[in-house]
Amino acid sequence: MIWSTLLMALREVKRNALRSFLTMLGIMIGVGAVIAMVTIGEGATQKVRNDVSALGDNLLVISPGAARRGPERTPAVPFERQDIEAVEREIGGIKGLAPTAQTSTTIVYGNQNWPSTVVGAEEAYFDVRGYKIEMGRSFSETEITAGTPVCVLGKTVRENLFGQTPPMGQRVRIKQVSCLVIGVLAPKGQAAMGGDQDDVVLIPLKAFQRRIAGNHNIGTVYLQTEDGATTAAVQAQVEDLLRERRRVQPGAVDDFTVRNMQEIAETMSSVTSSLTGLLGGIAAVSLLVGGIGIMNIMLVSVTERTREVGTRLAIGALASEVLLQFLVEAVVLAMLGGILGILFGLGMSYAATRGLTLPFLVSPGVVFGAFAFSAAVGVIFGYLPARKAARLNPIEALRHE
Amino acid sequence: MTNPAPAGANWPAVEFRKVEKVYGEGESEVRALDGVDMRIEAGEFVSIMGSSGSGKSTSMNVIGCLDVPTGGSYLFRGVDVCKLDQDQRALLRRHFIGFVFQGFNLLARTTALENVELPLIYRRVPAAERHRRALASLEAVGLANRAYHTSAKLSGGQQQRVAIARALVTDPSLLLADEPTGNLDSARKVEIMELLRSLNKERGITVVMVTHEPDMAEYGSRTIVFRDGRIISGMN
Repeated sequence: MIWSTLLMALREVKRNALRSFLTMLGIMIGVGAVIAMVTIGEGATQKVRNDVSALGDNLLVISPGAARRGPERTPAVPFERQDIEAVEREIGGIKGLAPTAQTSTTIVYGNQNWPSTVVGAEEAYFDVRGYKIEMGRSFSETEITAGTPVCVLGKTVRENLFGQTPPMGQRVRIKQVSCLVIGVLAPKGQAAMGGDQDDVVLIPLKAFQRRIAGNHNIGTVYLQTEDGATTAAVQAQVEDLLRERRRVQPGAVDDFTVRNMQEIAETMSSVTSSLTGLLGGIAAVSLLVGGIGIMNIMLVSVTERTREVGTRLAIGALASEVLLQFLVEAVVLAMLGGILGILFGLGMSYAATRGLTLPFLVSPGVVFGAFAFSAAVGVIFGYLPARKAARLNPIEALRHE
Repeated sequence: MTNPAPAGANWPAVEFRKVEKVYGEGESEVRALDGVDMRIEAGEFVSIMGSSGSGKSTSMNVIGCLDVPTGGSYLFRGVDVCKLDQDQRALLRRHFIGFVFQGFNLLARTTALENVELPLIYRRVPAAERHRRALASLEAVGLANRAYHTSAKLSGGQQQRVAIARALVTDPSLLLADEPTGNLDSARKVEIMELLRSLNKERGITVVMVTHEPDMAEYGSRTIVFRDGRIISGMN
């Protein structure tokens, strides 16, 4: 019986092909949107995770200033050279330690200028941040210790200032300092948290402090732990040492922040996943709208087929059999819409992840869930029209025009 | 499905005992059937006539177990229909009664064969046997060659013959025809009436037909005439 009811329902759907398709469209778009949102969202979460771990999950970022945002924020007292030396001397398991200082300023070459970020760095910075030299060379030992005004350009800065001209041996002006270009960095692309990592100019830290900043302050310090060392343990030691050196009272808020890239990765992927959930939820509302569309069409269909229902009842159909018939029709519509929606959603998200160079990750749970949900929509929104059909009085239904 | 009526017993096909059907209450009360006594024996071909509002349609609905009387009792093959619930009456119709309507009531955009198979679906007859029996039934009404035509492609007379095939396919003991020739021209009317008569004669199916045309009523062996909710002739 259920099999022949199913066949009857399929025949009915086919008989009104256009109308059935339009009815399904609501469910199809709803399911498609949910799947696309979730799939793209998962891809984005994965990308963030990959990008951050490409930076190295053994990286600590130490910056002055308390982590807590808000009015009680303590002034960001910069680090000193002695702090860095103490960390290097007293803490084990460190592979690289890169103190930096940076500022945003305009770089000038001839009549071209470009606003960028100037970072004062030392040799370790290249390894720790994963910058590679594409052309020319990096800083020499003497240039670092002497603070010679030389610089290495990021790809974005180079393109904007020099175009096709080879930059090596040319001089650019940073604030009032004339700097010799000695190298160009290999492109790194977008950072995980946005921002162009190639829009940067590196100069020796000492040159930055002496000639550009006019002080001996050190801002952010990047610390890479050795393979096999426990990053969290190193982080705790660094925090203890800096608290001591910067005379942070017991119980007071630290006036510096040590961030573990692992933590950042987790925070950021939790942000993207909640965003995915939000968008998926909004998309699910359209599923509801699709369900109402099905109910609407089924009500029309019951009215149109009143005589048919009367005939079936006269022939000997039970009210429950008529109910089942219309219910199955609604569920078939909803499930066909669900299947089309899954294909549509997967297609959309495949195209989108290709376009955004995100990984294409299909979650079977979401696909199955969307399918089950569309069937449920069919049952819920098909019930009312089906009950209406089943409750028809056969005598009146047969007389219906 | 259990058989809700005792088979083989020698009951009249239809027996009305003081059947009343009253609509509304108080001043707006309408007595559609006013204490009707009526017997139709198995194997009869009975025509029912009467002007509109005489009670003939109401009595057809009661005979077909589509409606229940508000008073008296109706015995169908000895079973008191008033004591059955809606589903049990549906099962009685499914197993014993075939309906032919004035407006044919075939499913649109559905082939003649599928229309004829419909009652068998509700009887849970397997597909292959359903197909065979529906074809045989169409053959009996002379439409085997139209089995795969949709109802819209058939003429009125052909549609009514498909409807008769649908009523016949379950081998009913009672065939109820409600103005079966009302929508047909005179040549088709004769065809349909001949068909009903031969089914009555050859298969022994009890036929009860409502009509307002005296020359159609002639085909029956007896004509019962209703007026104002009572039978004025045709019952001895």
